[in-house]
Amino acid sequence: MTARATPQKPRRRGLNEPGPAQKAMSYLLLGFWAFIVLFPMYWLGVTSLKLPVDVNDGPDYLPGLDFDPSLHAWQYLFGREMINDTMRPYYNTVVVALASSVLALVVGSMAAYALVRIQYRPKLGTILLFIAGVGIAIVAIVTFGMPWKVGVAIGMALFVLAALPLRSGFKRSLKNDDIAFWIVSQRIMPPVTVVVPIYVLFQQFNMLDTRAALIFTYVAVNIPIVVWLMRDFFASIPLELEEAAIVDGCSRYRIFWSIVLPLSKPGLAATFILVLIMAWNEYLLALFLSSANAQTLPLLIAAQNATRGPQWWYMSVLIIVMILPVVMLAILLARYITRGLLIGAVKG
Amino acid sequence: MDRRDRFVAWADRASPGVFLMPAVLVVLALSIFPLIISLYLSLTRFKFEKGGFSLTFIGWLNYKKLLFGSQQFHLLGTLKTISPSGWIIVGLVAVLLAVWLAAYLRRGASAIGAIGRLLVIAAVLTVTLMFASASAPGGQIGTFGVTLIYVFVGVLAQYLIGLGLALLCVQNLPGRGFFRLVFFLPMMITPVGVAYTFRMMTDTTKGPFAPLWQWVGLGDFAWAATAWGARIAVMIGDAWQWIPFMFVVLLAALEGQSREQIEAAHVDGASGWQIFRFITWPAIIPVTLTLILIRVIEGFKIVDLPNVLTNGGPGIASESLTLHAFTAWRTLDLGGSAAIAYILLFVVTFFCTAFVNLTRSAGGAR
Repeated sequence: MTARATPQKPRRRGLNEPGPAQKAMSYLLLGFWAFIVLFPMYWLGVTSLKLPVDVNDGPDYLPGLDFDPSLHAWQYLFGREMINDTMRPYYNTVVVALASSVLALVVGSMAAYALVRIQYRPKLGTILLFIAGVGIAIVAIVTFGMPWKVGVAIGMALFVLAALPLRSGFKRSLKNDDIAFWIVSQRIMPPVTVVVPIYVLFQQFNMLDTRAALIFTYVAVNIPIVVWLMRDFFASIPLELEEAAIVDGCSRYRIFWSIVLPLSKPGLAATFILVLIMAWNEYLLALFLSSANAQTLPLLIAAQNATRGPQWWYMSVLIIVMILPVVMLAILLARYITRGLLIGAVKG
Repeated sequence: MDRRDRFVAWADRASPGVFLMPAVLVVLALSIFPLIISLYLSLTRFKFEKGGFSLTFIGWLNYKKLLFGSQQFHLLGTLKTISPSGWIIVGLVAVLLAVWLAAYLRRGASAIGAIGRLLVIAAVLTVTLMFASASAPGGQIGTFGVTLIYVFVGVLAQYLIGLGLALLCVQNLPGRGFFRLVFFLPMMITPVGVAYTFRMMTDTTKGPFAPLWQWVGLGDFAWAATAWGARIAVMIGDAWQWIPFMFVVLLAALEGQSREQIEAAHVDGASGWQIFRFITWPAIIPVTLTLILIRVIEGFKIVDLPNVLTNGGPGIASESLTLHAFTAWRTLDLGGSAAIAYILLFVVTFFCTAFVNLTRSAGGAR
């Protein structure tokens, strides 16, 4: 799929070589779009070097010619007074994004692998009973004001009690594809639909404004993507390798860890980067679930819109330091990311 | 058999559960349970009381208020009597839908297919009526309409520009590696950052394009102060960020095409347009459909850009559904917030189901 078809190059040249007029036109359009992409980034850089007065007296384009560049915003945000307030969100973002991506990748690829290689037949009736148990628990908690621990215990106990004797009676069961569809379809759900209950959930556990809460939430949000992308990757690994390992007496864990994972490194890398970027840039869930301690960078940037009006110079500095790591990652690993997007989009 | 062996044997037997259960539990705990609780919340009224809060079950009242009652202006828009020109557009849409249905019936229809298409037709007609009525004199588009505009106009524009760039970049031009890398970058930037950057870009007095605006005579035009200006500003920001996604995937799809067919057509004297229309386009239809589906799903979640770029304003003119739910939450109208979120979920799910079913034949192996 990755069309780096070097051997074909001489043949392609003859056909794909545009004429001079077309060539000039193409460069013009490409250059125009490069300007559109790069200019806002350039403007961020320039603004980060401006004093408030330089911003307010109209547009200045070239540092040194139009205005005197000043490092005041950088010095302020990374100076002795503010360094903690700047670095804490930065640290939070790094920890939350990395931890949630690694966890989502581990949990998600295990599930994806299992859905490709192991046959599951959960009984439809058991699932319905489970949903009924959850419903009872919710009604008990919310309507009758029961403490939530008691409510959950009652609901689950009822489910187990009902499921044990009835289990053998159920005929209809789901298949792997149904489970996979169920997990992947969670991506359709807008986060705002679930954010209030998640807020209450973490409140009950006294976990509001902690990094752990954000990590858990991001793992849940990102698992569907991991399962979706990795399933195709695992399916393309030849079954013979694994069968040989089974004959040799390897356990599933061993096969997964030392055969399957090493073979899917490119897919893992691509998926990891995609998930990492999502977690790095996420705004809405962080807005609900964190305030001071676990504040992440997107929130800090949004907070620069102070009562005195937007503090463009600080904001620019923050945006630059926030996008620098991911842009560097993108430049280094562009090929992997393309590939990750492609597995998803082509096989979707 | 000693203890260790027994443990290994047990662990091996338990492996199906060990592999799948963590993911299932996480999704259950943080997607499905919250989803059920949200549904319940949307049917209640939330109130702070001494030492806590109370939830009163009020049935469909939250939905009723949003769809027909005092909050209708916010969700669906200020609806006025449809003007004659509005009726003409509604009529045109109705005729088109009828033609589409007739074509399907003539092809040989199944009962489920026909019912599904009737549902789609009803939905499209309702939305058309809503737009016609909200854009009549004195009317205003609500957050539902605004979100639909963001999603469908936005995704279409992003797709077309992304395809154009991909077609340019697939040519054998020296330096195209540089363009590919540059075009890819905006996707990495946090939407909040994009929003602030475009607030600077759209500033007509102090922004970088101020001289240009003054030259055109729009020196005192403020994007965020007019309804369509604000919406377009949001869509430009969103497009700037997401065209790269379209571009990257389409470029890879174009490069993956077989060269023989194109070469043969070239030898036979086909024009560039003919090659695109009859060879390239059919080859990229499956990718196109998936791309549009992914972007529409993600597009419905839009919140950062309108929140930061225009704060939903002027008034509610650029507010998306997610932002609407967030503002309702901030005013402690938890029931209303959950109801809006559920309406959004319903709309997305309806669209996805319809889209996947309607494009199944066109998408080939999907």
